[in-house]
Amino acid sequence: MARLLFTQQLARFTSVPQVDTEADRLRAALDSAFDINPLLRGYVLDEQGHLRENVVVFIDGRRSTDRVRLDDPLRPDSTVHILQALSGG
Amino acid sequence: MHDRAYLSTRKGLFELQRKAAGWELGPVHFLGEPVSITLADARDGAVYAALNLGHFGVKLHRKDAGADSWTEIAAPAYPPKPEDSSDTVEWKNKLIWALEAGGVDEPGVLWAGTNPGGLFKSRDRGQSWELQRSLWDVPQRSEWFGGGYDAPGIHSICVDPRNSAHVLVAVSCGGVWRTENGGDSWALSATGMRADYMPPELNENEAVQDPHRIARSQGSPDSLWCQHHNGMWRSGDNGHRWEEMTGVPVSNFGFAVAAHPHDGNTAWFAPAEADQRRIPVGAAMAVTRTSDGGKSFTVLREGLPQQHCYDLVYRHGLAVSGDGRSLLMASTTGGVWVSDNAGDSWRTVSTTLPPVYAVCFG
Repeated sequence: MARLLFTQQLARFTSVPQVDTEADRLRAALDSAFDINPLLRGYVLDEQGHLRENVVVFIDGRRSTDRVRLDDPLRPDSTVHILQALSGG
Repeated sequence: MHDRAYLSTRKGLFELQRKAAGWELGPVHFLGEPVSITLADARDGAVYAALNLGHFGVKLHRKDAGADSWTEIAAPAYPPKPEDSSDTVEWKNKLIWALEAGGVDEPGVLWAGTNPGGLFKSRDRGQSWELQRSLWDVPQRSEWFGGGYDAPGIHSICVDPRNSAHVLVAVSCGGVWRTENGGDSWALSATGMRADYMPPELNENEAVQDPHRIARSQGSPDSLWCQHHNGMWRSGDNGHRWEEMTGVPVSNFGFAVAAHPHDGNTAWFAPAEADQRRIPVGAAMAVTRTSDGGKSFTVLREGLPQQHCYDLVYRHGLAVSGDGRSLLMASTTGGVWVSDNAGDSWRTVSTTLPPVYAVCFG
C-alpha cells in the first residue's frame, strides 16, 4: 500500500496521521487521510480542492505534476511526502 | 474603559493589558504565525483571530469568554467557480481583512471581509460562513481591482447600531457599498469621492474608489469618516454623500482613521507622506485630530518619535476605546503607542514588535 507522510510542520495545527492506502491516485490517497482527520483537508487543499500554492507533494522522490486534478498515479509501494514549500515561508 | 487590547501582527497575536503603571505587553498567542485581524466581540466576550498561514492558508480561531484556549472554527470559503465563468479572479480566500460583529440584536452574527473581495456572513459564531452572493455578483465587481494586493479586498464593515440590517462596506479598490436589508441587495454609496489615479473620465466612478478605511461613530452613527487614497472624506448622512476635507495639515494621505465613539465631529487620522513615499512626513510621527467635523485639525506629536521615524500605520492600525480617550496605534515596523488623553500625548509601549496589521481594544 502507498504510504503518506505529512510534514510535522502541520502538527502545530492539527493531527497528522501516517496513512497507508490502497489508492492508486494522489487525490484518492489524500482523501483517505482527510477521512481520518477532516481538518487536515483545509491545510493541504484550498476551497476549490486544489493543492495549496505553498504546499508541495513528492511521490517517490518526484514532485507531483498536477495541482488541480491531483491525478498523479501511485504504485502500491509508493511513498508520498506532503511538505511545506519554501516559497511560503 | 477597556483594560485589554490586541495587536494582530506578522508573527502572532499580542495582548496588551492596562496596569497601574500603564499599558504593558501581555500573553502572546499564535507566536510566529501571521494574524491578519482580530475581533473582540463585546456581545459575548469571545475573541476571534484570523490567521493567514504562509503555507496552509487562511484559518480562523475563537477563544470564548473565560476560556484558556483557542478553538479552530470554519474559515470563510468561496464556493466552486462555475466552469463557464469569465471572472478573472480566483475564488479562493487569500486573506481575512475585516472581521466585525453583527448588531447587539443578532447574537452570533459575524461579518468577514476578504481578499479577493468576497463578503461573508456567519449566523453561528463562525461555525459556518456564507458568501454574500448579492454583493459578489454585482456587475460592477468586474471594475474592481487590487490596491496593494493583486485582487480587491473588503477591509471595512460598518454595521449601523440603529438597525443591524443596514451595513456599509468598503472595498480597495471597489468603492463603498450599502445594504439596507441585511445583505439581500447592495448599492454603491461613494457619491462625492474622487479617484485621481484613474483617467479623468473615471474620476467619479463610484465603483473604482479606493477608500483605505471607513470608520463609523457608534454613538452618532450618521457620522462616517474615510481615509481615501486621494484624501480624507466625511459623511454626515450615513454615507449617502461624502464631502472631502481640505486644508488638512501634515498630509491628506494615509490609511487609518478612528471615529470617536460618541462625538460625531471627532476623529483621528495617521498621516503618511504620499502614495509614492509611504513614511511619516519629515520622518516624524504625527496623528491628526479634528473635533469640528473636519473643518480644522490639531496635529498631535507629543510622545511620538520625531526623528528618523519611518513607521507606517496600516488601515487597521489605529483604534479608540469606548471612552473616547484611550487611543492605540501601531506600525509596520513594530512601534506601538498608547494615549490616555485623546491623543494629546502618547507613550511608547514597544518599538520592536513584528509588523502590526491591526489593533483593537477588547
